Amino acid sequence: MIAEVGHFALILALGVALVQTVLPIWGAQRGDLAMMNVGSSAAQGQLALLLVAFIGLTIAYVTSDFSLQNVVQNSHSAKPMLYKISGVWGNHEGSMLLWVLILALFGSAVALFGRNLPPDLKANVLGVQGSISVAFLTFIITTSNPFTRIHPAPFEGQGLNPILQDPALSFHPPFLYMGYVGFSIAFSFAVAALITGRIDPAWARWVRPWTLAAWMFLTIGISMGSWWAYYELGWGGWWFWDPVENASFMPWLAGTALLHSALVMEKRDALKVWTVLLAILAFSLSLMGTFLVRSGVLTSVHSFAVDPARGVFILAIMVLFTGGALALFASRAGLLRQGGLFAPVSREGALVLNNLLITTACAAVFVGTLYPLALEAVTGAKISVGPPFFNATFGPLMIPLLIAMPYGPFLSWKRGDILGASQRLWVAAFFTLLAIIAAYAVSGSGPWLAPLGIGLGMWVIMGAISEVGFRAKAFRAPLDEVLRRLRNLPRSAYGAAVAHIGIGVMVLGIVATTAWQSEKIVALSPGQTASIAGYELKFAGVVPAQGPNYSEQVGQFVVSRGGKEVTRLLPSKRLYSAPETATTEAGILGAWTGDLYVVLGDALKDGAFSVRFYFNPLVRLIWIGTIIMFLGGLISLSDRRLRVGAPKRARVRAAQVVPAE
Amino acid sequence: MLRVLLVGIFLAAAPSLPSPALAVQPDEILKDPALEKRARVISRDLRCLVCQNQSIDDSDAPLAKDLRVLVRDRLKKGETNTQVVDFVVSRYGEFVLLKPRFALHTLILWLAAPLIFFIGVFVMFRSYRRRAVEAKESGSKSLSAKEKRDLSKLLKES
Repeated sequence: MIAEVGHFALILALGVALVQTVLPIWGAQRGDLAMMNVGSSAAQGQLALLLVAFIGLTIAYVTSDFSLQNVVQNSHSAKPMLYKISGVWGNHEGSMLLWVLILALFGSAVALFGRNLPPDLKANVLGVQGSISVAFLTFIITTSNPFTRIHPAPFEGQGLNPILQDPALSFHPPFLYMGYVGFSIAFSFAVAALITGRIDPAWARWVRPWTLAAWMFLTIGISMGSWWAYYELGWGGWWFWDPVENASFMPWLAGTALLHSALVMEKRDALKVWTVLLAILAFSLSLMGTFLVRSGVLTSVHSFAVDPARGVFILAIMVLFTGGALALFASRAGLLRQGGLFAPVSREGALVLNNLLITTACAAVFVGTLYPLALEAVTGAKISVGPPFFNATFGPLMIPLLIAMPYGPFLSWKRGDILGASQRLWVAAFFTLLAIIAAYAVSGSGPWLAPLGIGLGMWVIMGAISEVGFRAKAFRAPLDEVLRRLRNLPRSAYGAAVAHIGIGVMVLGIVATTAWQSEKIVALSPGQTASIAGYELKFAGVVPAQGPNYSEQVGQFVVSRGGKEVTRLLPSKRLYSAPETATTEAGILGAWTGDLYVVLGDALKDGAFSVRFYFNPLVRLIWIGTIIMFLGGLISLSDRRLRVGAPKRARVRAAQVVPAE
Repeated sequence: MLRVLLVGIFLAAAPSLPSPALAVQPDEILKDPALEKRARVISRDLRCLVCQNQSIDDSDAPLAKDLRVLVRDRLKKGETNTQVVDFVVSRYGEFVLLKPRFALHTLILWLAAPLIFFIGVFVMFRSYRRRAVEAKESGSKSLSAKEKRDLSKLLKES
């Protein structure tokens, strides 16, 4: 019964989405305010209906309603409650439902918070949002319906893949989708602007908070996935340039570029055409990410051809929206008049360089991910493109980007002074040098480039701090003035600085763990000891244990440092019963200096086990860096200028300017 | 590796999941640390043919183990890194390389990003030049005496 309610709500939502697509855009063309206003109510109605559908499916999962095919295939009555709930989106059908739910959430947020938007722009934005909903709801209802019943209903479900039964992974997809789908707002704004043919700095100011929110969620979503891979997969790695990772990384790169170019547009009325194009690209890459992971095309071109219904449908959606938006862009972009001029060395110029490097990096990832598929489809030749390729192409682009990063905020708009900026950055340069020397002294060995990498991270961090210090006139003005200035700095300035610090912190972690990771692979018998990075690990044997839905072999390691016991690490090998799968749980001792990471391997002859130890120096800084970036975004979002409607301010300013002339 | 995630979340096809476990086994490790180090460097760039996007250094598949042993055997015979890789490629094809060689069929792969970068630089340069010329033609009129007075008054007030 509950499933039918959900099913019905899902179909109704499609109807409402159709209304949301047609009426507001039509109304905007005719200048009919009543028709335009339908958009807002339709967006709210759609959210309510999809919530009902989603809750319906969740109840089916929680109560283990095995008359639903989707629940049978992905749940099990013995599964812990958390994973019964996360199982709702731990599969194709449910995750698509989550996708449209989040889409509706963003749509209704625009309807709610967009009161200051010009009515025709708002109507067009909601209309475009509605059309995306129509496409995906049709997709769900025709090819991926989570409410399909099964008869006769089995007594037990098949269970959720045990490797996915993990707290971090439970919330990884929702965050990722908040990011993916959040870019749809920027997309809808871009298409709406192209329809109306009007675009101005206020447009950029409306788009930026939405893009920023999407970017924050995507940052955390990707970071969670990386953290999960680090501790769950047992390889000690944190990023693998896997196509699935790349699929989420490309929208992130495009979104990062968009945030920066929209800044230029908001402040200087320049880069309009490019910003609109980026807004379209960011969401198109999200659609492509959805296509890549949903269609099965990544596993192999052949598995795509075997069951093409879903893949072709999403491909069609992608081509329709990307192609449609790009065609509209091509025909209308000429109308967008370019604004402010600027010299190559200027704040604008720095942001253009940022965009150029990030876009090129995104292109490198794009080509590396899709080229093997394209080559195989066209010529039949099979090649592999893996981490060594991406490290060789993506890496070099990041170095100039990071070197240039602190300069950007120190250059003034229109025409900057690079010599003056360098002088203002001398404190940062000093700390960078200090960090390089310290890194050489502490490491003693390892690649000679690594200390320079540490210096780069420090340069970015200190550059961001210097900028805030410079704007507050630190050490150049009396203390009370400095404090007053610090208080009066806009939150967005703090947000940008904090986000940049996050990047620097992440760079430190990446460089340290890549360059100085130590590893030891040994065969250990109970009672034997191994040592790594100053730790002594005594192997005390293996003990069997029983979990709620698995049995495991737990290795016992007594960790000591300088003769004193620090902790015990219990890496284990688990065997889940439904579905039958073996997983490895690493034993990790986290510390500021780095992680001690122990993986228990197979039993060898004569009672010994093969064991792998890692020491990953500063590895946690990678994820701490992403959290700092998230916080930077949060601080920026809390800026008054973004909360208060932009048009009001713009009007006030215009009113001030007129009498002065 | 996140392929696991892909398969699990998106296709719900549990049977094809690789089980995460140890790759390089203690008994495979060469006695000579320098040689072992070279073996590890080589293995990181060779693909486990039966896995998704995993190097033989990371994979616990039997075939990956065979390849690791093969690499070490060739190294022990005194071959250079290039010779070892060439041998593996001659046996298993180019698919085994995680970093494709620069050749005619990988031209686009390797040159796309640099090309996009230089096209970007070119477009930027051209639009800058064009707009600079436009601005000159439309004449950036200097302010009149009254405008200058008004401006300095405004600046003083603020």
